[in-house]
Amino acid sequence: MVTAYDREFLTGTVGVLILSLLTERAMYAYEMLQEAERRSAGAFHLKEGTLYPALHHMERAGLLKAAWRESDAGRPRKYYSLTAKGRRQAESKRRQWKSILSAMRAILGDAGA
Amino acid sequence: MREHDDVAAFIERIVADAGIADDGRREDLRRELRAHFEDAGGSPEAVREAMRRFGAEGRIAASLRDVHRADPLVASPTWTTWLGGVFQDLRFGARMLRRSPGFSVVAILSLTLGIGATTAVVGWIEGILLRPFPLVAAQDRLVAIAGTNRGAPGSDDVSWPDFLDLRRRSTLFDAFIAEKITGTTLSIGDRAERVPGSVVSANYFDALGVHPILGRGFEPGEDAGRNAHPVAVISYQTWMERFHGDPGVVGKSQMLNGLPHTIVGVAPEGFNGTFVGYAFQFWVPASMQPQHLDAGEYKLEDRGARWIEGFARLLPGVTIQQAQAEISAIADRLEGEYPATNRGRGIRLFPLWQTPFNNAGALLPTLAVALAVVVCVLLIACANVSNLLLVRAFARQHEMTVRLAIGAGRRRLVRQLLTEGIILSAIAAAGGLLLAEWGRNALALLTPPRGGVSLSLPAAFDWRVVAMSAGLCLVSTLLFGLVPAVTASGVDLTGALRAHSGGIGGARGRFGVRSSLVLVQVSLSFVLLVGAALLVQSLQGVRSASPGFSTARVLTTGINLFTAGYDSQRARHFEDELIDRVRSIGGVESAAFARLTPFTYRNYSSAPIAVDGYNAPPDRQPTASYNEIGPGYLATMGIPLVSGREFTRDDDESAPPVAVVDETMAKEFWRGADPIDKRLQVRGRWMRVVGVARAAKYRNLLETPAPFFYVPLGQSFSSQVALLVRTAQSPASFAAPLVREIHAIDGNVAPSEIITMREQVRRTTASQRIAVTILGAFGGVALVLAAIGLYGVMSSTVSQSRRELAVRMALGAGARDLVRLILSQGLMLTGLGLAIGAAAALALTRLMGYLLYNVSARDPLAFGSAFTVTVLACLAACGLPAWRAMRTDPLPALRS
Repeated sequence: MVTAYDREFLTGTVGVLILSLLTERAMYAYEMLQEAERRSAGAFHLKEGTLYPALHHMERAGLLKAAWRESDAGRPRKYYSLTAKGRRQAESKRRQWKSILSAMRAILGDAGA
Repeated sequence: MREHDDVAAFIERIVADAGIADDGRREDLRRELRAHFEDAGGSPEAVREAMRRFGAEGRIAASLRDVHRADPLVASPTWTTWLGGVFQDLRFGARMLRRSPGFSVVAILSLTLGIGATTAVVGWIEGILLRPFPLVAAQDRLVAIAGTNRGAPGSDDVSWPDFLDLRRRSTLFDAFIAEKITGTTLSIGDRAERVPGSVVSANYFDALGVHPILGRGFEPGEDAGRNAHPVAVISYQTWMERFHGDPGVVGKSQMLNGLPHTIVGVAPEGFNGTFVGYAFQFWVPASMQPQHLDAGEYKLEDRGARWIEGFARLLPGVTIQQAQAEISAIADRLEGEYPATNRGRGIRLFPLWQTPFNNAGALLPTLAVALAVVVCVLLIACANVSNLLLVRAFARQHEMTVRLAIGAGRRRLVRQLLTEGIILSAIAAAGGLLLAEWGRNALALLTPPRGGVSLSLPAAFDWRVVAMSAGLCLVSTLLFGLVPAVTASGVDLTGALRAHSGGIGGARGRFGVRSSLVLVQVSLSFVLLVGAALLVQSLQGVRSASPGFSTARVLTTGINLFTAGYDSQRARHFEDELIDRVRSIGGVESAAFARLTPFTYRNYSSAPIAVDGYNAPPDRQPTASYNEIGPGYLATMGIPLVSGREFTRDDDESAPPVAVVDETMAKEFWRGADPIDKRLQVRGRWMRVVGVARAAKYRNLLETPAPFFYVPLGQSFSSQVALLVRTAQSPASFAAPLVREIHAIDGNVAPSEIITMREQVRRTTASQRIAVTILGAFGGVALVLAAIGLYGVMSSTVSQSRRELAVRMALGAGARDLVRLILSQGLMLTGLGLAIGAAAALALTRLMGYLLYNVSARDPLAFGSAFTVTVLACLAACGLPAWRAMRTDPLPALRS
């Protein structure tokens, strides 16, 4: 299990992570943290100190919109979802990542995949 | 419950520091964070874990601020939102500084010291050199007036008739003011005190723009006629202390120098007169000169008697060069009109800060050195704080990276770091002003009293000095704040921070910002230490230098029979009786009178002379200073006779005039021939030379030799004399018997301060001692700051290289190898700093020439001792990190 990444490396991926998570459904911040950790099998310890400013920044940039509504547990939570602009951005980022990944695979070989 | 409170406070700090202007959005953030902690679970452990995962609240708040600052509403703010933003920035900055108190305290103390010392010295320069006279109008147009003698160094005074002619004939001046410092004994309450006063021209108060708060200044004409106008203006302090602020004081009588004077006015509070170093307590018009100066000799009509120290105010727009040209032309005309008294005479104007006749000129080199020293200390302090900020920037690297990643502009981060810098330096500037205020009178404390009067040399903290202090704060913020701010906000932060070390072992040739700062510190503190070492040696040289007379067992005091109301007949009897009584005291080897003793502030008489067989160049008037001395003076002072004899009691008014010349004079005017029995003319009167005395120092230890001669007191009587006593044992026990003998003749005659000649000589070395104290103290402070800087660099190098050190240990390197590795890197920095410092010191110490006595500015001992002290301090600074490295446990370090 990978336990630590270079900080700079991870920081550059926060935006992509958020856009990807929200492509499927609207989520609130805590939920996103849990989900990212679960999906990466604990590899990504996304920091709260990084996530909240990033969410607010993307909301300002018009990529996300936020609304308060009740969670499954019946408590009010601030749900973030993609705007149309966010959707386009998510798609574009996904394509970029895929092309980077295949290029990296080619360079690193199977061991790096 | 406590966790709940902690969380609430935690959230509130983030919300407050996030700086969101809109109330709705603030509440939204609060709700969102509360929800987060609800989800994280309610147990104390869960809460603690959630808070830990959030990291420092300052970091997230700073990032949120960056986001919300991008809001167009806030980006083009009204002035209230802008002000709110600035306030938020300051609050946030203050909180960040509170979080690392150790850093903040060291940084603030360093800067306080730097700014405080600089402010104090600039305050002294302002209060002593640039605007030395409180309440006096337009001081920037005031110039000092002094006389010169062609071919002779330095300057002297101006005669009253010359002064009146300058005033009448010049066109480029607003006003001319004449003054001469004098003193009297005033009894205030139950104590008697020697107080300074001044004999001034009648226009004094009007021309200075100083208006008495009671009564008047002097009226035109009150400065003419021998002792014709016994009136006085008293100082505010004298009015309060002696007259208890009596509103009816004008018209009352006050005894000054043995004569009742009518008080005509009270000077305003804060006006000290126009003599740097003294706060005058009374002023009398020039007509009272015979009563206050030179024991009765009337000089207002004598063009050859030069006693005035004057000032003039230039008309607006006139430069000192234009004024000098006009004054020189007038002096030339006076020389042509009055060749007997004015041959070779000139008049020179000086800017106030170069005034030759008060303490301004004497303190100028000391203050110049002090200014250079404090600027060095300030630079060292700035370098130190810069270094500390860089270390801190490294610790905040994550915060900076995240903020850059979410779109905070580099300018935004620089602004944040600069705000923190401004807070640091603003606190330091306030502290510095307090420190400077506290040290306001330090200069006067370091300067010994003269003639029993304490000197007053206060710093002036007017708006200019405060503005300078604020400017320093701003510049130092930019200087020390901008480098780390720009470095820290750069994308390649890690690179910038690591560049200085490149690891302990490798890339030794690469220097980062921090190493450069340490180099600045080490080299500057080395320069200061060399300066201090040179001055210490110089002071020792001055102290051990021979003045040409004995100092150890000679006691001196002053007796003023003129102010005690004696006429010259009675005064002669008193002096004759006293000298016999003193000589008969057990343990007294010899005793003598003189008009002046060497090394006092008072001026020797100076006169144009002529010598048989000596032809001076036609445009020069040979001049020499002289002292009037009684029988036995040379023996008492321990000044050897080279040939001929001393004066005796027979050399009185009925005997032919005689003189004793010193070796310098003999050499200059008789050119190797024996002057005994040759003739010397002084003020038109021929005298026979009866002796040649060994040349001595007459005014201070650093003076250049100039012709000097002695005439007998018996032929040039003075009722204001100095008594000199040479004793067989320690002179301290002779003070009481001296006073007893004086009182045995007349209980009303009070001698002035009784001191040894050694003390008198020591007092003239005040400027050297002040310079040594300032340089020594600040050199030490600078070294401590430099050591802190070096320690910081070495210590963080060791922290960042733990892994590398551990690998080396794992590969078999011993503790000793590691210590050597670290020390060698520290010493390499020290060595480079010393090399730069030595080059700078060689260039800079030459500027101290005036303060150096018998010491070369390249003295190897001074350089050697400064080198040793610096190396020792640097070894100590590297020692602790090296010790820490030695104790590194390789296993955990490798695992991390």
